[in-house]
Amino acid sequence: MEGELAHIGAGLAAIGSGAAAIGVGNVAGNFLAGALRNPSAAASQTATLFIGIAFAEALGIFSFLVALLLMFAV
Amino acid sequence: MASEAQGAETGGLEFHPMDQFNIESLFGGPIAWYTPTNAALWMGLAILAVIGLMVLTTTKRSVVPSRGQSVAELAYGFVYKMVEDVSGKDGVVYFPYIMTLFMFIVCANFLGLIPMSFTTTSHFAVTVVLAMAVFLTVTALGFVKNGTKFLGLFWVSSAPLALRPILAIIEVISYFVRPVSHSIRLAGNVMAGHAVIKVFAGFAAIAVVSPIAIAGIVAMYALEILVSFIQAYVFTILTCVYLKDALHPSH
Repeated sequence: MEGELAHIGAGLAAIGSGAAAIGVGNVAGNFLAGALRNPSAAASQTATLFIGIAFAEALGIFSFLVALLLMFAV
Repeated sequence: MASEAQGAETGGLEFHPMDQFNIESLFGGPIAWYTPTNAALWMGLAILAVIGLMVLTTTKRSVVPSRGQSVAELAYGFVYKMVEDVSGKDGVVYFPYIMTLFMFIVCANFLGLIPMSFTTTSHFAVTVVLAMAVFLTVTALGFVKNGTKFLGLFWVSSAPLALRPILAIIEVISYFVRPVSHSIRLAGNVMAGHAVIKVFAGFAAIAVVSPIAIAGIVAMYALEILVSFIQAYVFTILTCVYLKDALHPSH
């Protein structure tokens, strides 16, 4: 029974990856909106874009880690 | 995990998607620390690939570069510009370390995309060592270069005085979470992508959905090529950001 509950918990933790998707979409969408307004400044900001995406994604990765722990370690 | 693996008679999964990450001895027998395993083999191949790209193609340098030499020059220029832009002029001294990290991760990721191969960067053991090495180096460097002024990284002097202790706690936590997110981002992305490909491969055994599944595998494979490069890039650029924080800790 406990193992089954852990599987349900792992599925619930996967909701976090959807939340991370919203965050990454926000970063990329706002970058695109800014880049289309001022294309000449866009190239110099791609590094910032990737850093922003990486930070937004990190929290989704944590939920993935929780799911992995529930599946294999608990 | 055994229950999923026994769906073979219904045409479902005949293998577990995570089986591809098993570490096996190359010549059989039990695994000890000195046993040659598939992980050691593919890590060695990644290093050979780096040597092949960066050393062998540039031994006979020419003004008009050969194909290999131009790829090597492109990779060098790409990482050099990234270090210079993000870490600043005084971060360029640490360029060899960051170049080594980038080339190893990118080669290991791409070698892992070869069918039937083993992806070393999908293992937390590998990426945690890489990230801890970066974390310890950068922390030591911060204290050597700035002394106790390095602690100014946690004391946000531009914030109101009442807020600073709370911000300091948040900053300390986010500093020590760095190696965790740094390593798990790489391993998690690579491992999840490969596992998704295997899940699609499991559905390919069912005749009705196999065309969709095979199209899915092709699409995921294309995405994985992109992810392999981007994750190596993100790992390297975050190393540059941490290096910048160590060299210039004031906010």
